[in-house]
Amino acid sequence: MLHWLWLIPALPFAGAFVLIVFGPKMAHKAVAIIGPGTIAVSAVISILITYSFITSPPPDHVFVQNLWTWLDVGGFHPHIALYLDALSLLMTLVVTFVSFFIHWYSTEFMLGDEGYSRFFAYMNLFVASMVTLLLGDNLLLLFLGWEGVGLCSYLLIGFWYTDPVNGRAARKAFIVTRVGDTAMTLGLLLLFTHLGTLNIQELMHRAQQQWPVGSTLAVWAGFLLLGGAVGKSAQLPLQTWLPDAMAGPTPTSALIHAATMVTAGVYLIARTHALYSIAPAAQLAVAVVGTATLILAGFAALTQWDIKRVLAYSTVSQIGYMFLALGVGAWSAAIFHFMTHAFFKALLFLGAGIVINACHHEHNIFKMGGLWKELPVAFWTFLIAGCSLAGLPLITAGFYSKGLIIWETRAAEHGNQTLWILAVIGVLLTSLYTFRLIFVAFFGEAKTHVEHKPGYSLKVPCIVLAALSIVGGFVETPRFLGDIHVFTDFLHNALPAVVEGHATGMSELGSELWVTLAFVIGLVVSYYLYMVKPSLVEALTAPAISKALHRFWFSDWGMDWLYDHLFVRPVVWLARIDRNDIVDSFYDGLAFISQVFYRGLRTTETGRVRWYAAGIVLGSIIFVAIVLFA
Amino acid sequence: MILLWLIVIPLIAGVLAWFAGRWSALAARWISLIAASVDFVLGLILWSRYGSELHLAPTHGWVEQVSWIWVPQFGIRFHLALDGLSLLLLMLTFLLGIISVLASWREIQDGVGFFHLNLMWILAGIVGVFLAVDLFLFYFAWELMLVPMYFLIAVWGHENRIYAAIKFFIFTQLSGLLMLIAILSLYFIHHHLTGVYTFEYDDLLGTHLSPHTALLLMLGFFVAFAVKLPMFPFHTWLPDAHTEAPTAGSIILAGLLLKTGAYGMLRFVLPLFPDAARQFAPIAMILAVIGIIYGALLAFGQTDLKRLVAYTSVSHLGFVLLGIFAWNTWALDGALMGMIAHGISTGALFMIVGQLQERTHTREMDRLSGLWATIPRMSGAALFFAMGSMGLPGLGDFIGEFLVLLGTYEAHLIGLTIVAALGVLASTLYALRFIQRAFHGANSNQWSVQDLVPREVVALIPMIVVLIWLGVYPQPIFNTFNSTLTKLQQYTVRPVQNSQGPSIMSLLPLRGDRP
Repeated sequence: MLHWLWLIPALPFAGAFVLIVFGPKMAHKAVAIIGPGTIAVSAVISILITYSFITSPPPDHVFVQNLWTWLDVGGFHPHIALYLDALSLLMTLVVTFVSFFIHWYSTEFMLGDEGYSRFFAYMNLFVASMVTLLLGDNLLLLFLGWEGVGLCSYLLIGFWYTDPVNGRAARKAFIVTRVGDTAMTLGLLLLFTHLGTLNIQELMHRAQQQWPVGSTLAVWAGFLLLGGAVGKSAQLPLQTWLPDAMAGPTPTSALIHAATMVTAGVYLIARTHALYSIAPAAQLAVAVVGTATLILAGFAALTQWDIKRVLAYSTVSQIGYMFLALGVGAWSAAIFHFMTHAFFKALLFLGAGIVINACHHEHNIFKMGGLWKELPVAFWTFLIAGCSLAGLPLITAGFYSKGLIIWETRAAEHGNQTLWILAVIGVLLTSLYTFRLIFVAFFGEAKTHVEHKPGYSLKVPCIVLAALSIVGGFVETPRFLGDIHVFTDFLHNALPAVVEGHATGMSELGSELWVTLAFVIGLVVSYYLYMVKPSLVEALTAPAISKALHRFWFSDWGMDWLYDHLFVRPVVWLARIDRNDIVDSFYDGLAFISQVFYRGLRTTETGRVRWYAAGIVLGSIIFVAIVLFA
Repeated sequence: MILLWLIVIPLIAGVLAWFAGRWSALAARWISLIAASVDFVLGLILWSRYGSELHLAPTHGWVEQVSWIWVPQFGIRFHLALDGLSLLLLMLTFLLGIISVLASWREIQDGVGFFHLNLMWILAGIVGVFLAVDLFLFYFAWELMLVPMYFLIAVWGHENRIYAAIKFFIFTQLSGLLMLIAILSLYFIHHHLTGVYTFEYDDLLGTHLSPHTALLLMLGFFVAFAVKLPMFPFHTWLPDAHTEAPTAGSIILAGLLLKTGAYGMLRFVLPLFPDAARQFAPIAMILAVIGIIYGALLAFGQTDLKRLVAYTSVSHLGFVLLGIFAWNTWALDGALMGMIAHGISTGALFMIVGQLQERTHTREMDRLSGLWATIPRMSGAALFFAMGSMGLPGLGDFIGEFLVLLGTYEAHLIGLTIVAALGVLASTLYALRFIQRAFHGANSNQWSVQDLVPREVVALIPMIVVLIWLGVYPQPIFNTFNSTLTKLQQYTVRPVQNSQGPSIMSLLPLRGDRP
């Protein structure tokens, strides 16, 4: 069964190929079968492989499928090989599964679009690249998938290419993530140069053997890989591309910019956790980046009016939690949050897609309102996902995954109190912006007439994901709530358990209670502000200072402005003024000088014998003078 | 003998096409196409015959030779020899030869016979350059490429063709003269030392030269090749020539002529003057890295599609130059892969731009916009090759660039590696701009033109396949290159940083430290 592993990436690749070559001439029906169909088969295979992996585990709980040697140059011989362990298996399972539902949803959502087959071709190519990223056994193959998903992200953000705004967002996404990729490339070079391999397991093994804890090289390697991760996962300081990426079709936002691709950075760090555990400075940086991002993005989300941008900032913020977990060494907690987040955030986007379609492509939540009656399925599933995001205690998956991260932030060896406090504040922010979104968009008076009701292909994926947004959390519960550890037990062969720190002055129950309190405060405040006394919001935002603050948060703390002035404009300016290549003027100068000489000499050629004779005489005199006196 | 045929076939085909062109343009085209294809097949035969032998790195290097006395008084021989490096570049030559005949099928309507004479003779000259191991013969072939290329640009080029053709000619000719002086000096010095007059490559190798002389002679060769490559700051002929040339001319210029510069570095500069080259390496590498960034920046600033693609060559060949002078296994393999992959991806981009111009009669990006809606297949192909150009993994260029970066880093030139890696980032800027300005956006000019016709599809598909092949399984290329690489590495007994005398590198904080 495990030998079918290669099919998981191969099938979507094949699907993409068929759709690229034959898609434009295919009927919509055929496209709708090939696109989601290949993903469905991949998902089924990953379920079968999971079953086989659990019931009859391979030796050491690792299965490597070597397909061929990519290249073999001077001791550098990366293979095209797939590496299956609990971590890559789990993520592959989630990715193929969620992808399938989003593909299914897209068959209806994208219906009637002229780029129907192109859309599914890109989506299939994305899934194939994403799975390659997850299963690659060396960093170079991982990087292939990494850039592949970047390409698909670019293509899908700019999917509706006729609008230059979409094109700009797409290029921004690609370029900003490639800034991170440049750092990552350098990281790969450093790792190979000093450790002599890019095979991930071998690399981790050698790093731990050859580099002492805290060695400069390990820290550098950690930071460079982190550079790649913050680009792909939209963390500070490279988070600016993700909100703009919402220009893409909504299923794209759900799949790529919420559930899967943006968590690639989390996967990268989890995959190379051994490196980070010998590079404490880099690991601390991961935690700090995560915490700073979750707070900043939380504030930014509070001020957005575009439903998709609220969710985008929320994604940035939630990935911040995953980074925080990685930073404190709670590896499996990060993956746990990745999983629950994939369910509820994908669902939120799918719900948003239904809402946007129903409201004549309106993105502004303040122009929606009262949708809960008109779109019951969308509303209830959106509500469930929202509660899961905000962390409604006891029943939602988000509560368990986020609660675990926050508790480990306090309890783990690398955790500390400041991070914990900020993480709890993050819960408050999440709860605030989530319920603000829900109350404004779904309650109150209806401001638009709903015309487009969703069909089954839109509703069923939402219902499935809603179910998962609840039960997905019961696989890992705190000590006082059943003490279930299915999730971490499954991962423990791939990811080490948390190293508990010393006395923290707080129990797990205490931490969860604080989280619950933060959730409730957020809920109550946004209920009061948006349901009971909306006038208070205006009163709050009226003063100049809060207006300025609002503007500041709305523009994501002015970082776009900063980068625009710091990098974009100088480069564009330089490219523009040097369009005609300053170097060429040197050669033009040479040409000009020879022309001047030519003209000068030409004027001496007058055709008058007198002048020539005078020239000869003068020349002879000078010549004789030189001979005589020199 | 097969080596001789490789040159003779295009020479004869050119003449035949010229005559045939008087009666039928189609006949001229077919003659050229068949000649290029026959050469391609002969190349494949050579590859299948010697592929495994080259992998095992024969000690003498050459697997097939033709050697006749030409001018005995001066020790000039007609000597052709084949090794892995020349074989690979020949394959590229024949492939792009076929492509460029196909690309000019409809574009060239006037003087078809003479056009194909020039095209075939350029190919013959290039084949001669890649095969000649007598320095006089090499110089002869080097000049032979030049003249028909001049005509190709000056006669069938676009608006500013005369200017471009003359500029191209002067740059190449002047730098070629420097090489001639260097060749002759080497010839006389060798005679002075041994009493034998010879232009034979294998004999001239290891000629004992004083460091000063070696440096001067090395520079004579280096400048000629650097102009062809082109290296910053000798690159300014390139955008004009590439832009003004007809499509076939651009494909051959970018795909092949630039490679003769890189080939010359690998074949002559490093082996003939190893110490001088090593001493000079820091400067060459710094100029290479400047070229990478500068070329990318200029490409980003262009508004003419063809000029944009032209400047990307400056950037990509910067990687090749960097790899050559970083001079270790990874970097040299990377440089080779960079040469081949650049030949394919840039050749294809020029072909696509040419097809666009054929249809829309413009290359201005401001006038081209939103073409995806009307020509999705061509746009998809453009996207594919643009991705190749920006070094997307899975395509050939990535392998080349990554190996060059790896080799440079391994040579402890971390500063240069970082800047070169930023060049990969910069390639994103121009590649995406290229796609955005021509193919995405609204079709505001209401373009409605024909998508790829079967002939164009036939030309593009092999390039797509080869680029993917190079990206996912490049090992056959490296295996074939192995013999040449082994020879080149005999000169790398001492690594770069141990060169005699204070090198410029020691002034810059470029070195990393191994633990």
